[in-house]
Amino acid sequence: MALTGDQVRWVAHLARLELTEEEFQLFTGQLTRIVDFIDQLQQLNTEGVEPLAHALPIHNVFRPDEPAPSLSVDEALANAPARKGDFYSVPAVLD
Amino acid sequence: MSRPTPYTIVIGLEVHVQLLTRTKLFCGCSTQFGLPPNSATCPVCIGMPGVLPVMNRAAFELALKAALALQCNIAPFTKWDRKNYYYPDLPKNYQISQYDLPFSTGGGLEIMTPQGPKWIGLIRVHLEEDAGKLLHDETGRGGDSLVDLNRAGTPLLEIVSKPDMNSPEEAKAYLEELRLLLREIGVSDCEMQEGSLRVDANVNIRIPPEHAGGRKPLPGRQYVATPIVEIKNLNSFRAVERAIAYETQRQFEEFQESGKQLGEVSKATAGWDDVQGVTVVQRRKEEASDYRYFPEPDLVPVEVDQAWLDRIRATLPELPAARRKRFESQLGLSAYDARVLVGQGLAFADYFEKVARECGDAKAASNWCSNQVLAVLNERKISIQDFPLAPEALADLIIRVKKHNINAQRAREVFGIMLQTGETADGIIKRLGLDVSFDAEELRELVKKSIAANAKAVADVKAGKQKAMDALVGFVMRETKGKAPTDEVRRLMNEELAKV
Amino acid sequence: MQLIERTAAELRALMAQGEVNAVQITEAFLQAIRAREPQVQAFLHVDESDALAQATAIDQKRKHGWQLGPLAGIPVAIKDVLCTKGQVTTCGSRILENFVPPYDAHVITRLREADAVLIGKTNMDEFAMGSSTENSAFKTTRNPWDLERIPGGSSGGSAAAVAACEAPLAVGSDTGGSIRQPASLCGIVGMKPTYGRVSRFGLVAFASSLDQIGPFSHDVTDCALLLEVIAGHDKRDSTSVYRPVPPYSRTVNTPVKPLTIGLPREFFDEGLDPEVNACVQEALKVYRGLGANIKEVSLPHSRYAVAVYYIVATAEASSNLARYDGVHYGYRAPDFDSMIHMYSRSRGLGFGKEVKRRIMLGTYALSSGYYDAYYLKALKVRRLIKEDFDRAFAECDVLMGPTSPTPAFRVGEKAENPLAMYLSDIYTISCNLAGIAGISIPCGFTKAGLPVGLQILAGPFEEEKLLRVARMHEAQTDWHLRRPRL
Repeated sequence: MALTGDQVRWVAHLARLELTEEEFQLFTGQLTRIVDFIDQLQQLNTEGVEPLAHALPIHNVFRPDEPAPSLSVDEALANAPARKGDFYSVPAVLD
Repeated sequence: MSRPTPYTIVIGLEVHVQLLTRTKLFCGCSTQFGLPPNSATCPVCIGMPGVLPVMNRAAFELALKAALALQCNIAPFTKWDRKNYYYPDLPKNYQISQYDLPFSTGGGLEIMTPQGPKWIGLIRVHLEEDAGKLLHDETGRGGDSLVDLNRAGTPLLEIVSKPDMNSPEEAKAYLEELRLLLREIGVSDCEMQEGSLRVDANVNIRIPPEHAGGRKPLPGRQYVATPIVEIKNLNSFRAVERAIAYETQRQFEEFQESGKQLGEVSKATAGWDDVQGVTVVQRRKEEASDYRYFPEPDLVPVEVDQAWLDRIRATLPELPAARRKRFESQLGLSAYDARVLVGQGLAFADYFEKVARECGDAKAASNWCSNQVLAVLNERKISIQDFPLAPEALADLIIRVKKHNINAQRAREVFGIMLQTGETADGIIKRLGLDVSFDAEELRELVKKSIAANAKAVADVKAGKQKAMDALVGFVMRETKGKAPTDEVRRLMNEELAKV
Repeated sequence: MQLIERTAAELRALMAQGEVNAVQITEAFLQAIRAREPQVQAFLHVDESDALAQATAIDQKRKHGWQLGPLAGIPVAIKDVLCTKGQVTTCGSRILENFVPPYDAHVITRLREADAVLIGKTNMDEFAMGSSTENSAFKTTRNPWDLERIPGGSSGGSAAAVAACEAPLAVGSDTGGSIRQPASLCGIVGMKPTYGRVSRFGLVAFASSLDQIGPFSHDVTDCALLLEVIAGHDKRDSTSVYRPVPPYSRTVNTPVKPLTIGLPREFFDEGLDPEVNACVQEALKVYRGLGANIKEVSLPHSRYAVAVYYIVATAEASSNLARYDGVHYGYRAPDFDSMIHMYSRSRGLGFGKEVKRRIMLGTYALSSGYYDAYYLKALKVRRLIKEDFDRAFAECDVLMGPTSPTPAFRVGEKAENPLAMYLSDIYTISCNLAGIAGISIPCGFTKAGLPVGLQILAGPFEEEKLLRVARMHEAQTDWHLRRPRL
C-alpha cells in the first residue's frame, strides 16, 4: 500500500519533524517500501492471540513514598537551550 | 434553582485531583505547593535521556482508596499507557496515564437535589502524572513563555463522571460531595486555588422536538441534541455553575441559528472567562487529536488481589453518606440536619458527635453546632480545630440551659461570654442569676394554687380545650417571675388536674 | 604478545603479580588509541587525563592494600548511549551534541565500583538505530579487519575498539542485534543478556521493551567477568529483575553435559552467505566432537521478526525520542516563527535521516486508524515468536546459527537502502522480541579475511549456561586469539 503525500505530511506533523522537500520525496518512497514489507504480517492469522507488549512476566514494582534529593535549579537548567531567570524559556505558546 | 428552560441540560464532569503523597508519582521529588520554580525536579521528572519511572506505592494505594470510597469496580490487572502529544510543560512529550485498562471503572456517589437524592455514576477513575506549569507573557506583546517543572510528575487521579447531571446546581452538588469525600478519606486536599482539584465540564442540551424550531432529531433520538462542548479553565465551583448556565443557553441560541446537532460536527473546547462571565468557544479541531496511546514499556503492570483491597478498605473512615444515615437513624436527626453537620467535614461532625454524646440531646447539639458554632467559625474564618470551646463545655451549656429552662436569647448570651472569657457555663449562669431551681413540692403547691384560682380554665381543659392549659401554666410562671421550668410545670399540672 | 592484545583476565593477573600497574595499562591503551584512531575511528570522546587519573587512584588503592574491585585497572570503552555524569553523552546525535547528564547510568556506577578505568565513549549509529555505525552524526567507524568495511552496528564503536585493541572490554546496547552483529563482524565476543538482567537506568532509550546492555570482549571468560559486574537488580529500573547474579566467571569453564543444540532451520535460509554457513558448520562439528546432540528445530514465526521489530521498535522510539524538542536540553534550531515550528525545525535539523525515518514509521504505526493493523498486530505476532522459542527451549539447551547472514559489508554499500540494512539483523532480532539471552562468538574467517560469528541463544536468565556452552567451543579453537594487523 503506497503512502500518500498527505499521509507522510500528516505523520511528519504528528512527529514534529520538519522535512526538506528532498527528504519528503525520499521518505515517501522508502516508507512505502518498508510498509509494503511490513504488510506481510497481514497474511498471518492472529485471531485469539493475546498481544505481548513485554517479554518479562513481572508485575507490582513500586518504590516507597520517600523523598530523594532534587537537582538544584542550576543543575536542572544547565542543559537548557534558553533560560530566563529560574525558568526554561520557550517561544510564546498560544493556547 | 435556575429558571425553567425549554431543554434538558446534560453534564458530565472530568475532575483531576492531586493525591496527598510526599513525593511525585515516579521520582522522589517533593509535591509541596509553592516551592521556588524548578527547585523540585530531577532527571526523571525533567524527562532527561535514559532515566526511568518507578511507581510510588502510596500514590497507587491512595488511588485505590479513593476508588473504593467511590464504590468503583477495581480491576484485578491494570497497566500504564503513554499519551503522546507535544507541549512545553510536558517534558517527555508524552504523559504516563491509563488508557484501555484503568485500575477502576464504574462507581459513583449520591447527591441531594430539590427533588431528593440522586445517584451520579462514574465511568472510570484512573491514575496519571501531571504536567508542569507554563507561564505566559501577560503583557500581550508575545514574549517568551516560561516553564516551571515543579508540578511535572505529580500524581493525579482523573475521575470521569457519566453525563448524569442535569443542572448547574447538580454539578456543584456533585463537586461538593466529591471534595468532601476525598478530603475525609485523606486522598486529596482538593484546593482549587492551588490546582489540587481541577474541573472540565462536558456540556450539551437536549431539546424536545416542539422547541427545536422545526428541526427533526437525528435518527434514533427522541430529542435534538446539541454538539458537546468541553469547558476548561473553571477555577471555582461557582465558575462551574455559571459557566454551565451560560454555555447551555448559548448552545440553545446557537442551535436556533445553526441547527447543528451532536454527531454532525466534532467536539469543541471552550474557555471560561470569569470576568466577562462568558464561555469562549475555541476553534473546533476538525483533525481529531491523535494521542497514539500504547503500553508504557518502562513500567510493569499491577495486579490487585482481594487481600490488598481488604487492607486498603480497612483504612477507610466512615464515609459521609454512611455517617449521614447513622445520624438520622441513630441520633434521630432530620436528613437536612445530618447533611449540614456532615457537610462541614470530618472534624466538625466529630465535634458534633462529642457534644451530642456528652449532653444526651442530639437535636439540641445539632442546633447549637449548625447555628451558633458554625456562625462563629464563619465569622472568625477558623476551622473547628481552632474553635475555643471544647465539646464538653458546649455540652455542659446545653445541659444547664435545659435544667434551668433558660430561654434562647439568654442562652446565646451565656455562649457569647464563654467564648469571650473562657468562663464555664455554670459560673456565668450563676453570676447572671439564671440558676433558679424549684423544689418539686414548692412547685406543686403553686400548681395547686393555680387550679384553685382558675376554675373556668380547669373546666375548659376538662372539656377538652387544651388551649386553656396555657392560662393555668401562665399563672405559675407569673408567680415565679418566669423562672419556673415550663416542662416541669406542665407535667405537674397534668398530674394535679387528673386528681380534680 | 603486546600488552594491548591481552584479555582483561590476563591483564588482571599481570597486575596481581605486580608485572604492570593500572597506569601503565591505561597508557598502553591510550597509546593504541592515539595510533589507531585515525584509521578505526571507534571513539567519540577520550579524556586521557581523566583515564589516567582513574588509573592512578586504583594504583594508590592497591598500594595501600585496599580492597579492589573485579575490574581494577582494566580499561573499558563505553558506548555513547550510556549517560556519564558530567561528561558529554551524545548518543551519536547532533541533537545531544552538548548534553551533559547530571547522572551516571547504573552500568557506569557498577563499572566505577568495580574499579574499571572508563577510557572513553564510543561511536554508534544515532540513537542506536542502524547496523553499520554509518548513521552516526559524527564519524564513520571502520572495521579493524578491513578498513573499507563497516564494523556493524549500532555498537560499532565499542566492537571496533575491542577488536582494534584500543580497549580490552567495552559495553554496548542491543535492541535488535546491536551487540551481537558488530561482535560477529569484528571477530570478538558480544552478548545480549536476558531482558531485565542489566538495569537500563541511564541507557538512552531506543525501544524500551527491547533494549538491553551487554559486554564486548576478546573471549568468553572476559565476557563472563564483565557481565558479572554489570548484571543485577536496580531499584531505579522497574523492568530490572530481582534475581541473584550467578558467579559467571567461576563456572564458565565447566562444560554443559549432556548438551542438546537446536538448529532453527529458518536461520539457514537462502539469504545466508555460503562462507558464513561453512564457518558455522565447522563450529557445529566442534560441538558434535564434544558429544553434543544436535537437532533441527523450527521457529516458524521468525520470518516475521523483522517486520514485527520495525513496528514495535519504531513505535516505542517515536515516543521515546519525542523528548528531544529543544525545550529542556539538547539542540534548538536558531530560526523559527512559532512554538510548533521551533519543535519541528529543531527535530528536523537535529536528527539524522535514519532516525527521522524510524520516528515517521513508528508514528504511523501508532496513529489513529493504523494502530490495530500495525502495532497491535505486531504485538500478537511477537507473542507467537516468543512461543516458538518456548517450544524450542523445552527440547534444547541452546539454539545455534549464524549471527549475521553476511560478513562485514563495504562502507556505503547499504546506505541508500534501509530495508536491505534492516535485513542484516534477520537472525538477531527475534531474540530481543522474545526477551531471551544471546551471544556471538568468533567461529572463523572468510577467504577475504573477514570474521564470522556464531550466535548461541538460551532461554531467559540462562546466561550461565550460554557462557559455558560458548566457552566449550572457544576452548577447542583459536579464533578468539586472532588480532587484526593495524
